[in-house]
Amino acid sequence: MIEVEGLTVRFGGVTPLDGMTVSFREGTCGLIGPNGAGKTTFFNVLSGFVSPVSGTVRTFGEDLLKMADYKRARWGIRRTFQTEQAIERLSVFENVAMIHEHSGDPRSSRYDDVMDALAFVGLEDSSERKVGGLSAGARRLVELARAVVGKPRIVLLDEPAAGLPDEQTEHLGQVIQAIPRHVGALVVLVDHDMTLVSACCETTAVLDFGKLIASGPTAEVMRNEHVMRAYLGTEDVL
Amino acid sequence: MRAVVIGVLLLFVLLGLPALLSTYWIKILTATTIFAVVALGLNLLYGRVGLVSLGQIGLLVVGSWIAARLFFLTNLPFPVVLLLAGLFTGAVGTLIGLPALRLSGLHLALITLMFAGMISIVVPTVNFPNGGSGFLGHTESSLGSLAVRRPSIAHDDDAFFRYAVIVAVVMFLVALAHVSSKIGRAWAVIRQSEPAALAAGVNITLYKLYAFALASFMTGVAGGLLAADQGKLYSYQFKTIDSVTLLAVVLIGGIFSVWGAVVAGVLQKLLPALLNDWFDFFRENPDFLFVLFGIGVLQVLVTAPEGIVTQFPKDMRNLGRLILKPFRRRSGPAEGSP
Repeated sequence: MIEVEGLTVRFGGVTPLDGMTVSFREGTCGLIGPNGAGKTTFFNVLSGFVSPVSGTVRTFGEDLLKMADYKRARWGIRRTFQTEQAIERLSVFENVAMIHEHSGDPRSSRYDDVMDALAFVGLEDSSERKVGGLSAGARRLVELARAVVGKPRIVLLDEPAAGLPDEQTEHLGQVIQAIPRHVGALVVLVDHDMTLVSACCETTAVLDFGKLIASGPTAEVMRNEHVMRAYLGTEDVL
Repeated sequence: MRAVVIGVLLLFVLLGLPALLSTYWIKILTATTIFAVVALGLNLLYGRVGLVSLGQIGLLVVGSWIAARLFFLTNLPFPVVLLLAGLFTGAVGTLIGLPALRLSGLHLALITLMFAGMISIVVPTVNFPNGGSGFLGHTESSLGSLAVRRPSIAHDDDAFFRYAVIVAVVMFLVALAHVSSKIGRAWAVIRQSEPAALAAGVNITLYKLYAFALASFMTGVAGGLLAADQGKLYSYQFKTIDSVTLLAVVLIGGIFSVWGAVVAGVLQKLLPALLNDWFDFFRENPDFLFVLFGIGVLQVLVTAPEGIVTQFPKDMRNLGRLILKPFRRRSGPAEGSP
């Protein structure tokens, strides 16, 4: 569970998060909003790249903002990035293994955990290949494997389907939907693909100008008047 | 197969070259070996972690100075002095690396270049130890001036060349062990993206400082070898601009493979000696090398970003295919045949 209260982030004169208050409880939760609404900044706060000027974030009862940035991944927060960040010079296996080395449970077998994560995303046969030679879709799956290896508690997915063709997005959606069941983690999904968000997320929160404007069951949120005006538009997005 | 080729090459370098070459060329090859170790430090820093340092020659001076002082001050065995010179230089390098936690790219390059500049001002003032008394261990008297001692098993130039090669091999093995370990993978992710490294749970501060410490350690060990090779050290031997040249040859050699450092050592020390030997023009215009290295860096950045060490074998394979192409056509089935 993530409980956020009054979270404010300022960069000079810009306030990407302005007293954001929201909670994400279980399963896969959507976080949507127009560009610049503060979604990625929120992820950056959770993963420690950005320090807020005020507010609190509690993750499963833990005061996250008091935790050192590099310890958050070890505690169990994993994420992917808008621009995929798999390491080109390492193999698929090494890409996932290095997360386990730094953030995984030292008591569990690294090989088994890595191969389990690769099998989960469907890349077990590509484990020895260099990431630099993979397709965009496969690289996204490597990132996803990095995010789920070694039993994380929270998985933050920042536009994982960006730039992918429909058939790859569909497969990605199936993998995302299976994360809570397979690794037992809470998933927060940011994406502009409303079909993907609707398919994966039971609940969704909507940000606009750094503030929460709606949250609740995804179907209800999609029909919310404020949300349609601020982000989705008046036509049927699904 | 690769290990066998490297082993045979190493045996040839250790046993064949001293038998084939004159003392002059063995001295040149010793310097080449020492600078390959210096280049290896920069290769790790820039190629593996993405940290640009223009202060490596400054650290080489620190390593040489410490080693020289310890040789005159103590009777410690040669390898112990090398180790201590490496450790002390590693500590100095770590201190210089502290700004790297906040800086990168051009700013870090500038800071480290300033360090090299500072060393080039300090060293002529304090001078290199030459057997004198006091903290600095320097005497102006030419009669009291002594040469830095060499290891008892490597007094002559041939033996010292072999000694330097073995130390360099150990440094390369240390580098390779790091690159293929958890540390190397952490460096790889830091180089590609610091946010991704942090998201992976990598302690960026620790791994960056460790990279500076390791690169400086290697440079310090190289400094110890240089002190023993030269015997007497003078501040004019170390120019700040050499740090820039070093970065150029490391780039030309190749930053993504540790073997690029061997090519860098060859470019930094052996190539100038060969050019001086072959062409009067280079003897009369030694600074023309900068022009050559400038063209080399441009060529590498535009056409072969992985450097000579990766590009050359590819080019050779392509050339081989090109040469064999007409023969393959001739030996293929005749046109129109079923």
